[in-house]
Amino acid sequence: MSLSKITNVTGRGVTVPGNDIDTDRIIPARFMKCVTFDGLGEYLFHDMRRNADGSDKPHPLNDPRFVRATILFSGANFGCGSSREHAPQAIQKHGFRAVVAEGFAEIFFGNCTTLGIPCLSASRQDIARVSAALEADPTTEVELDLVGRVMRWAGQSAPVAIRESAREALINGRWDAIGELLEGLPAVKARAGLLPYLAS
Amino acid sequence: MPQSLFQKVWSAHAVRQLADGQTQLLIGTHLIHEVTSPQAFGMLRDLGLKVAMPHRTFATVDHIVPTDQVAEPYRDPLAQAMMEELRRNCAQFGITFFDRATGKQGIVHIVGPEQGITQPGTTIACGDSHTSTHGAFGAVAFGIGTTQIRDVLATQTMALAPLKVRRINVTGRLRPGVYAKDVILHIIRTLGVNGGTGFAYEYGGEVFDRFSMEERMTVCNMSIEGGARAGYVNPDETTFAFLKGRAYAPRGAAWDQAVARWKAVASDPGCAYDDVVAIRGEDIAPTVTWGINPGQGISIAETIPDPARAKTPDEKSSVEEALAYMKLKPGSPIKGTHIDVAFLGSCTNGRLSDFQEVARFLKGRRVAPGVKAIAVPGSQGVGRLCAELGIDKVFREAGFEWREAGCSMCLAMNPDKLVGDQLCASSSNRNFKGRQGSPTGRTILMSPLMVAAAAVTGTVADAREVFGVTS
Ligand code: SF4
Repeated sequence: MSLSKITNVTGRGVTVPGNDIDTDRIIPARFMKCVTFDGLGEYLFHDMRRNADGSDKPHPLNDPRFVRATILFSGANFGCGSSREHAPQAIQKHGFRAVVAEGFAEIFFGNCTTLGIPCLSASRQDIARVSAALEADPTTEVELDLVGRVMRWAGQSAPVAIRESAREALINGRWDAIGELLEGLPAVKARAGLLPYLAS
Repeated sequence: MPQSLFQKVWSAHAVRQLADGQTQLLIGTHLIHEVTSPQAFGMLRDLGLKVAMPHRTFATVDHIVPTDQVAEPYRDPLAQAMMEELRRNCAQFGITFFDRATGKQGIVHIVGPEQGITQPGTTIACGDSHTSTHGAFGAVAFGIGTTQIRDVLATQTMALAPLKVRRINVTGRLRPGVYAKDVILHIIRTLGVNGGTGFAYEYGGEVFDRFSMEERMTVCNMSIEGGARAGYVNPDETTFAFLKGRAYAPRGAAWDQAVARWKAVASDPGCAYDDVVAIRGEDIAPTVTWGINPGQGISIAETIPDPARAKTPDEKSSVEEALAYMKLKPGSPIKGTHIDVAFLGSCTNGRLSDFQEVARFLKGRRVAPGVKAIAVPGSQGVGRLCAELGIDKVFREAGFEWREAGCSMCLAMNPDKLVGDQLCASSSNRNFKGRQGSPTGRTILMSPLMVAAAAVTGTVADAREVFGVTS
């Protein structure tokens, strides 16, 4: 299976401010009644974006200035809570290709990496700087450089961090592990044979 | 060199190192349910792959099942479709499915232990963040996403980096009326909702030594709410006694060999931990949440935090956000807050001992007028035991609705939902915005007995006072 090498993501951005944004908020459970992930993008941040009658609330993702954003910025501990892959799937299906936040919950981070969505950490100050630039000019292009571990926008730059194994997997096109895992099957069988509870 | 249980289990299951530096880790037991698995089977089909070890994969249905309707088709066609999809996938790939007709159905984290599938020294994965529950048996158990479910189905392995281990000692004794739920709410409150990032939590100390398996499960269950990817307790005689005789537990000579292995897998005395935290059992009070994440908890005697007294701007804004959502008044006591719904159940507190302990005090009491109270056993097995002991009757007579097994109002993917901004006293594990099915619904997490106290008084109450708990 050949995967794209994700060395760089460039696009417009939008900031959804706040810390501890959990996966229930990213995609409420009632939209998980589905047997495919198709169509989830529509429900991204649903209850933050829509009133009970379906009308829009003020929310960055409802702001026409940011409709073309492909990079999502947020606060600390983004994606905490449920392991639902529906959350990164909704983010991806909505059109986002990367997330930059102060920090990420682990399962969410792993789920994103496996889908080829880089989750990059940046300092609060730097996220605030980019957000201010986006606010001033929503057409600002942000470049996330995974090789150089840096983000650049409007002549400015700031460092970004990502766990080395994830960075390695993304830039070398190995973010979906299935190919490699399948290659290891003979070794898996051998290992299982050594474990009494699996040997039966 | 002395090793922790985590290290021993990890090295016994490490197949090889992958190019990105992660480990290809063998997953001994894979548990699946209807919400997160259908897409994984879809990916499997798209890639033309088979299930590597169908005999090590077990399925149940829990999230979407109605608790007031047994007969199919369900009123909700989407729920029915998910049910049928799981049935079809299990049949096609030869996977054991604890469907309702087997009498073994229930919440995945209750069924695994109940059937004796959850065993010490094993690795377990499930597409559900509360998989950490199984760590109560000294298993290393991970919640995973759907693409990883595909990986485990196809290869019985997944790519993972090892975790650090934080030992959390809870010493001394718990005071009367303080439960396992309070212990974990206290730990999360103390260490923070992301304090566990990068760690597996190893729980120990006298309080855990004395805990039953069900109490250990309650704590391990919520490890993820503290940001820890896994949580576990070292196996001991309590663990072995629980497992003995269960359907999937080893028998005869195999049992003795298994117990010997299980003893050996426990953390060695003197092993090194990446971090150690000590908590005095006596310092833990009945704890309730006031906010929108499980770390926003206070003791029942405390007042609701005031943003004006926050130490950092961050804390201030998070308190403000939580109070605005919860419609609670800063500085006022949490005790006495009016509730609309009482929910007793979930994989945190939907086991026999939870209902048993509540029934002990609920006998002869009545749910307050205007409060909707529902009790939902975590599995058909729990429901049957409660019926045998007459526990369901105690609940019904008190005015609780007694339901069929499922996740129910923990996340409200079935018809059990909050309406509008109802406030729910809940024995579940998450108080996130909208968690219980209404985008403006509000949740206060607490122990089962505190839920019962809230149900009978119609307010957040101190169960010790309401029920005169002295032991
Ligand atoms: S009871 Fe709640 S937390 Fe547990 S598995 Fe079901 S939905 Fe998840």
